Amino acid sequence: MPDTDSARILAFITDRFPQTDITESEDIFSLGYINSLFAMELVMFLEKTFALTIPNDELFIDNFRTAKSMTELVGRLRSGTVAG
Amino acid sequence: MAVIGVVGAGVMGVGVAQNLAQVGHEVILVDISQEVLEQALTAITRNCRMSRMMGGPALDADAVLARISTAGSVTALAAAEFVVENVTENWETKRAVHAELDEVCPPQTVIIANTSAIPITRIGSVGRHPDRVVGVHFMNPVPAKPVVELIPGFHTSPRTVLRTRELLTGMGKRAVEVKDASGFISNRVLMLTVNEAAYLVHEGVATAESVDEVFRGCFGHPMGPLETADLIGVDTILYSVEVLHEHYADSKYRPCPLLKQMTDAGLHGRKTGRGFYTYQT
Repeated sequence: MPDTDSARILAFITDRFPQTDITESEDIFSLGYINSLFAMELVMFLEKTFALTIPNDELFIDNFRTAKSMTELVGRLRSGTVAG
Repeated sequence: MAVIGVVGAGVMGVGVAQNLAQVGHEVILVDISQEVLEQALTAITRNCRMSRMMGGPALDADAVLARISTAGSVTALAAAEFVVENVTENWETKRAVHAELDEVCPPQTVIIANTSAIPITRIGSVGRHPDRVVGVHFMNPVPAKPVVELIPGFHTSPRTVLRTRELLTGMGKRAVEVKDASGFISNRVLMLTVNEAAYLVHEGVATAESVDEVFRGCFGHPMGPLETADLIGVDTILYSVEVLHEHYADSKYRPCPLLKQMTDAGLHGRKTGRGFYTYQT
């Protein structure tokens, strides 16, 4: 089991798309084979894995483009500094 | 705004009900299974939440749900102006529901059959008023797809077509009119493609990932045929291919055994969490 939030998020992406070899700053939607439907799965995954609810104001695609942006979102939600 | 019945609360019924409620109609969503109805309301809540992120409008799930009531039988639809039927793509199931609708709904109610391959004339023949029966082939996810196929049957009246066009325009849809032949335009072509793609995997010629990559990378399709199969539902793909096979009696529509096995195994795609790919649900 990967031990950082970022590693767990990257592991989820590569588990789903085994051909993916990305860094945490890479835009997954620019790879050409991951479309916005996967963003819905990312929301479900983050909420389940990190036991949190992502508020509607944070549900925009830029928050889910990179493992880094998702890690930051999780960090914001944990510390209670969410948008809106 | 009209009172509209939506029969069948599966993937398509969920999308149609949400789209209608979004634009202000009062929707009565009917399914024989209470469990399916509860799942449908959960799915609509989730889809409304995700709408803006998926490129749609920002939606208030509570406001959308407030316009949707549920019922366990089509007897609740006696006052509906339109009924959109979305039950399983299986002739016996469709026939039984349309026979019931014919009994319950007054002659002025427009009955829209949402089907991917069953001829509308055949569906219209079930009841006493084939003039008010018309086909609309919605695409999935319904609220996000701007084009539908509109299929008048042999006896469908111009009034029924006109009223349906008005309803569709209000839902934000453009309608492409197609003559009544099994599979219409979209599935006459798409189902053969998906079926043949399944054969490639079944025969071990290529993986699902490779098949889809060729369609995305070489042809510029946003999704490959097997990702599309998972989105539509592998079971629905199988039923549609079987309907084409039955109607045209042409062996080019022979269903791939892999589709049958996946359907029996419950690998129906996104809606069950696993199909050609595995999904987070």
